[in-house]
Amino acid sequence: MKVAYWPGCVSRGFTPELHGSMHKVAQLLDIELVQLDRACCTGAGVIAEHNQELADTLNARTFALAQQVEGAAMMMNICSTCQGAQSECQERLDANAEYRAHVNSTLASEGLTYEKGLTNKNFLWLLVEEIGLDTLRARVRRPLTNLKVGPFYGCYIVRPRDRLGIDAEHPRDHYLDQVIAALGGTVIEYAGMRKCCGFPIITMNKEASLKQAGRHLGDAIDADADCLVTPCPLCHLNLDLQQPLAAGVVGRQLNMPVLHLPQLVGLALGLDPGELGLSRHVVKPTSVIDWSTSVVAAAA
Amino acid sequence: MPEAHDRPAESFTLKLRRYDPESGNAPYWDEHTVELEPHRSVLEGILQAKDRFDGSIGVRCSCRQAICGSCGIRVNGEPALACHTHLDAAKLGAKDGVIEIEPMGNMPVLKDLIVDMDAVHWKKIQRVTPWLLAKQPVPEREYLVSKESMVDVTQTMACIQCGACVSDCLAMEVDPGFIGPAALAKAYRFVGDPRDDEQLERLTDLAEDPQGIFDCTHCFKCVEACPKGVNPMGQIMRLRRIAIGDHHIVDQNNGERHEAAFVTLVKDNGLLHEAELLPRSYGGNSWFGKFAPPAGKELLSSLPVVIKGVLRGKINPKIALFGHKLAKPDLNAVQAIYEKIESRPERYELNLYIVGEDETPEPVAASPEGSNA
Repeated sequence: MKVAYWPGCVSRGFTPELHGSMHKVAQLLDIELVQLDRACCTGAGVIAEHNQELADTLNARTFALAQQVEGAAMMMNICSTCQGAQSECQERLDANAEYRAHVNSTLASEGLTYEKGLTNKNFLWLLVEEIGLDTLRARVRRPLTNLKVGPFYGCYIVRPRDRLGIDAEHPRDHYLDQVIAALGGTVIEYAGMRKCCGFPIITMNKEASLKQAGRHLGDAIDADADCLVTPCPLCHLNLDLQQPLAAGVVGRQLNMPVLHLPQLVGLALGLDPGELGLSRHVVKPTSVIDWSTSVVAAAA
Repeated sequence: MPEAHDRPAESFTLKLRRYDPESGNAPYWDEHTVELEPHRSVLEGILQAKDRFDGSIGVRCSCRQAICGSCGIRVNGEPALACHTHLDAAKLGAKDGVIEIEPMGNMPVLKDLIVDMDAVHWKKIQRVTPWLLAKQPVPEREYLVSKESMVDVTQTMACIQCGACVSDCLAMEVDPGFIGPAALAKAYRFVGDPRDDEQLERLTDLAEDPQGIFDCTHCFKCVEACPKGVNPMGQIMRLRRIAIGDHHIVDQNNGERHEAAFVTLVKDNGLLHEAELLPRSYGGNSWFGKFAPPAGKELLSSLPVVIKGVLRGKINPKIALFGHKLAKPDLNAVQAIYEKIESRPERYELNLYIVGEDETPEPVAASPEGSNA
């Protein structure tokens, strides 16, 4: 399937391994990514906090660009924070025709118009709802047998439920669990799996921010997870890049590898850990790499 | 299938968290099976268990119609009003069909399901001066204010002080001193009231407090927890917007600098230049921000992390130094949007609470074949 692909900023900045692994995995899942190179940052909620109309207009521009991609079934992102920020703006744009016309009048100088009703899915949602768990299961070449994976959902992709379309038919707040199981791994439940990673207040209250990250990582260790997986690069920054500092704040050794969702999928689809950029993490995913090389060796 | 209220009584198993701090014993779980029609409330289930099996179960309740705010608890790990949660719905969300009932979080337990609201919730409400500081002179007759501004504050006035948002606030979980969602929503009730005379003083106080408006992690927990649609987090964001946008309050917590840096970096590059965001949030919103003493101190403490990131190839030195940028025509378009909107005399905001959704939603415009659904 063809999608208008919004990678976000951080996946091309401080977590390049996310963007890279998404490209590799897309090929194996027959997803054609048409990258929205002309689109700007979603504002991550901060621009909306500053000026709602500005955030809505910048995101309407991105939506309009996505709607211009010929043959695209929908827009896809790989960042929970982008999903949350975009969904908030789309809720206002889709709710009120007068407001939409007002925003579109600003876009008119570029010849762009946002038409109500864009479908915008995070890769996690697309994986479950469009590709399907059965297809995914059938494509697994290296099942994650005996790998204990803790899902880390974060906030923007699970709350608020109404805005994000989470209901009994679309239990999107359980999709990570379903994907881990479909890939053959063991799902580890732990207290912090749907809590905040702390990233949004890292510059305002660093100690509280790192305490959040440190506690969730500690919870996952206590629940015996080998690694975590997250659909959000900002969560990754606080859980991986900041992990050595978080360990200091909570006063315990952590050393918990944190994978991006496409990396975990890629491993199960048979890609090499190096190709997926696993060596780029601050916390070396040794448990995961050892596991995959040993499985590869055993299979050979 | 008959309507819920026509269905006969069924069995529901309740797993109750019991704790009596005065006993010296640790908390424990207690299971009781009650017989009630499925549309009855979890509160009725608890009261039947108390009536039939164990009179010592501690639970607080009064109105039984979701208006007094007394019966806040956690059902299957999520905050709820016991009287406003149907047994059948609770059973659907329960693991193995057993409904798990606990006291609210972030507040000390007095007994079983009763928490100490005075020690936490009400102290925080008092913290925000929860009364009108009227403009002087007070008019002889009534104040005249726009209908829209009063409808706006009714959203926060809908709070029934149940504490559900306080219970699950993730910032308070790691920083108990955080003023928190209920009290900050209450603060908006007066900041947003055109009759109040101390908007600037209130906002300066809440912005400068290290546990004030900039301590919120934007996690949406309170938005989900609230049984009355108060949207506490949304009100906190509006407090920030008015503090920074209207009063230009530059706080000691980096709140204003962080927002200014973010907005400017996206305007200058189209994309976020992450490596500049951190030093500017501490040192001020310009390229020179990184040389200000607070930024230097912060950079120094983050140095081991930065070096590790660069060595591992996570942080690309070129991106760290120069960031990434949109192509010129697109950057110009983004900047034109900024200029048009930021030059408006007043911010234009769509408040769905006031205007509601379109009564007749537009049909999805016919898009070219193969275009987006």
